[in-house]
Amino acid sequence: MNATMGRYRAVTGHRLFWPAAVLVVMLAANTIYRPGFLSIELKDGHLYGSPIDILRLSAPLILVALGMTLVISTGGIDLSVGSVCAISGAIACMYISKQSDQNSLVVVLTALAMALGVALVLGAWNGVLVAVIGIQPIIATLILMVAGRGLAQLITQGQIITINSEPFRAIGLGHLFTLPLAIFIALAAALLVAAFTRRTALGMIVESVGGNAEASRLAGIRSGRVIFLAYVLSAACAAIAGFMMTANVSSADGNAVGLWVELDAILAVVIGGTSLAGGRFFLSGTILGALIIQTLTTTVYAMDISPQTSLLFKAVVVIAVCLIQAPAFRARFARRRRSAPKPDTIADKPKEQVPA
Amino acid sequence: MRKMRTQSAPWRAAAVLASVLLVGGVAACGNSDTGGGGSKDDGKITMGFSQVGAESGWRTANTTSIKEAAAAAGVELKFDDAQQKQENQIKAIRNYIQQKVDVIAFSPVVESGWDTVLKEAKDADIPVILTDRSVDSADKSLYKTFLGSDFVKEGRLAGEWLVEQKKTASGPVNIVELQGNTGAAPANDRKKGFAEAIAANPNLKVIASQPGDFTRAGGKQVMEQFLKANPKIDVLFAHNDDMGLGALEAITAAGKVPGKDITIITVDAVKDGMQALADGKFNFIAECSPLLGPQLMDLAKKVHAGEQVAPRIETEETTFTQAQAKEALPNRKY
Repeated sequence: MNATMGRYRAVTGHRLFWPAAVLVVMLAANTIYRPGFLSIELKDGHLYGSPIDILRLSAPLILVALGMTLVISTGGIDLSVGSVCAISGAIACMYISKQSDQNSLVVVLTALAMALGVALVLGAWNGVLVAVIGIQPIIATLILMVAGRGLAQLITQGQIITINSEPFRAIGLGHLFTLPLAIFIALAAALLVAAFTRRTALGMIVESVGGNAEASRLAGIRSGRVIFLAYVLSAACAAIAGFMMTANVSSADGNAVGLWVELDAILAVVIGGTSLAGGRFFLSGTILGALIIQTLTTTVYAMDISPQTSLLFKAVVVIAVCLIQAPAFRARFARRRRSAPKPDTIADKPKEQVPA
Repeated sequence: MRKMRTQSAPWRAAAVLASVLLVGGVAACGNSDTGGGGSKDDGKITMGFSQVGAESGWRTANTTSIKEAAAAAGVELKFDDAQQKQENQIKAIRNYIQQKVDVIAFSPVVESGWDTVLKEAKDADIPVILTDRSVDSADKSLYKTFLGSDFVKEGRLAGEWLVEQKKTASGPVNIVELQGNTGAAPANDRKKGFAEAIAANPNLKVIASQPGDFTRAGGKQVMEQFLKANPKIDVLFAHNDDMGLGALEAITAAGKVPGKDITIITVDAVKDGMQALADGKFNFIAECSPLLGPQLMDLAKKVHAGEQVAPRIETEETTFTQAQAKEALPNRKY
């Protein structure tokens, strides 16, 4: 009896349990509303169905959120990711549209390399502002968030650039083993980041810098360099996400690509249990968070919830997710029902310091 | 308050300065032709025009049309790009008042908050013409006229065409609608006009309607779910070409033929949309023309001469079928 209780508590106490439960509940609600929601069929050799759509559409958000997770775990924040998506997409599409043979693999690879290069420079710019000069992250990245949109517009000359390039299209819509290629790209990025942070000491160093940059520096960690790298990585992730977003519709729209994705990414990170104060991060939680956000959007369309109420609906679900996965809230709730078990995770242990 | 490391104040100041310069530099790119020269009374009309920005192909075509028409009509144009910001636009209008231009025209970024600056223009005796978008000022004497598209009419034209096409349909016709941004005037009005027109035939039913935010990505994502949730979709009505273009991809991916299995009606008639229409992927487009330059210059001359003009003037617009699109496409400017 006691053992079962213990196991039950171990499962429900796992920090991913509640976000996962919310995801399952949403999928179940969709299936009840429309029994065919989860069905997947084979069409033209590709898997086709709403769950596949959710995975494919959440791929860019997963990428952006991965970078955001690392930045946030250093105690910072990166508001410029949406603009970086737009700029990288604009550069890639602009370059491809100028070439005579848009289907050439060399052309597409050159375009991607150019755009990624610019994104790295932009990330370095953020990194220098925050780590070297010491501007508060929210202000430092706000600069690029605002100016970057203008830059993207400048590159596209205010027009929507339409391209006709199969290799580029594949980034957003291609398939591998009957599944969308975008899923594999996001997965590969996630595994790469996980391997570097969790299989080496890098993750611990990042968390240590996020916990207290000055103490880490005194302990021999080059805090500035770690913070700088986090912003560069975030920009690189955003650039790849930008490729996916533009490839998805084969066109670059300086205004619309990646609009508000920074907010979705921060939300995904928070849902995943990473502390906004820095010092702790959970990559798997972030991925789950991104999936929840995309499922929520898809649910609104699939159930045809009226546009006037859909924002409220989303807000209610998000608040519910955040509350339900906060150990403090659950503990208070549980205490009311019976004598409270102590919250058994320290994920959200309050920190006195809040990054200004 | 945590510091990454101790840093000297001059460094920080330099960085902030550099950042401000960068932002300013980008913002300044659109600002041209505002400075210099007051109006001389040489009989030539001087017009100050403040544009919303350059957010779309439609808007750029609008700007080009105004610039070309001004040159053709011999109107001296002072042009300002407000970069989607009301304060820029107010600044530009005050600038024009100071320069004593003969006519001020502008496309308001937002609907409200114009009373003060419009009153200043009125006090300075400079007539104001609104283009493309209106303001919500209660005092209609603050501007001479509003020249722009009738969004309700665009929706109605789209609906009327559909009613005509489906006259003989015996069973129900399922329509899905891709709206613009929730609450935006073009979205509300096109939805309204379309709904009014299709009420003529009870067989025509809008079974799903969601905002695709006027973007291709939005239109595509919404259409993907529409297709999965509704096994039988006969007609798609998209509030602009871009959402329709995004939806095309979703329809093709679902194994259906756009333009045949699903009739597609859109609004705008930008180049990519017209191409899709000529290729047979769209079925009908109600035009929302940005080419209001010549009409604007005519109006400017009239109000400058002190003639009375109607308070609401519609842009000259038409509709396109597939055959008409093929014909018109080579001459399209945008």
